[in-house]
Amino acid sequence: MISDRFNIVEEPINVGEVIQKVVHPNAGAITTFIGTVREMTHEKRTVYLKYEAYIPMAVKQFAVIEEEIHSRWPGTLVAITHRIGELQITDVAVAIAVSTPHRAASFEACRHAIERIKEIVPIWKKEHWDNGESWMGDQKENVAGRPRKEMLE
Amino acid sequence: MIKILLFAGLKERVGKPFLTWEETPMTVAELKEELKKISGLENFSGIMVAVNETYARDEVIVNDGDTVALIPPVSGG
Repeated sequence: MISDRFNIVEEPINVGEVIQKVVHPNAGAITTFIGTVREMTHEKRTVYLKYEAYIPMAVKQFAVIEEEIHSRWPGTLVAITHRIGELQITDVAVAIAVSTPHRAASFEACRHAIERIKEIVPIWKKEHWDNGESWMGDQKENVAGRPRKEMLE
Repeated sequence: MIKILLFAGLKERVGKPFLTWEETPMTVAELKEELKKISGLENFSGIMVAVNETYARDEVIVNDGDTVALIPPVSGG
């Protein structure tokens, strides 16, 4: 049973709810990352985005990311909600909240979460422009979004 | 029978959300070769394979009833 801290939704994300999921008496810090839909990429103007997910596996991969975070930063709680479907400019695509006993780890762990989402979670973004559309395939700029070898069975 | 789920650009290129394959067991590598013939997809570089919602290397065996998914390079977040 995957934790209710990991969700894929189709309606607008309530960031406050995501934060509430990691509130904890032993937490001294909560860091959030909010991914929003941006209009310009280089000179290309996005009209809207469409996100698609392999939902049961995406949620499992969120839990895998939390395991990674636990092993590097013990005592951390992670919540991730990613939205799918059609998103407009400035919409929230993903919200991550991470709580830790001390603040240094919360920044680092939160960063780790978003970087890993872009590597191993089966979610895809299609950009729609005035004159075309394309599925994005490489959000790490230099390295394709593929899991590292040690993740393979 | 196994189901092979397709997503994003792959789903659009093949024109369906999934394919099915009857012959099992076989390795992921062997399945990829068969899929090239039935899907029209020639190039699997950059495409990961998942078996039962876990990434799988080429040597993993796919059994009857398994759910396979072809995972093109991801772009979430």
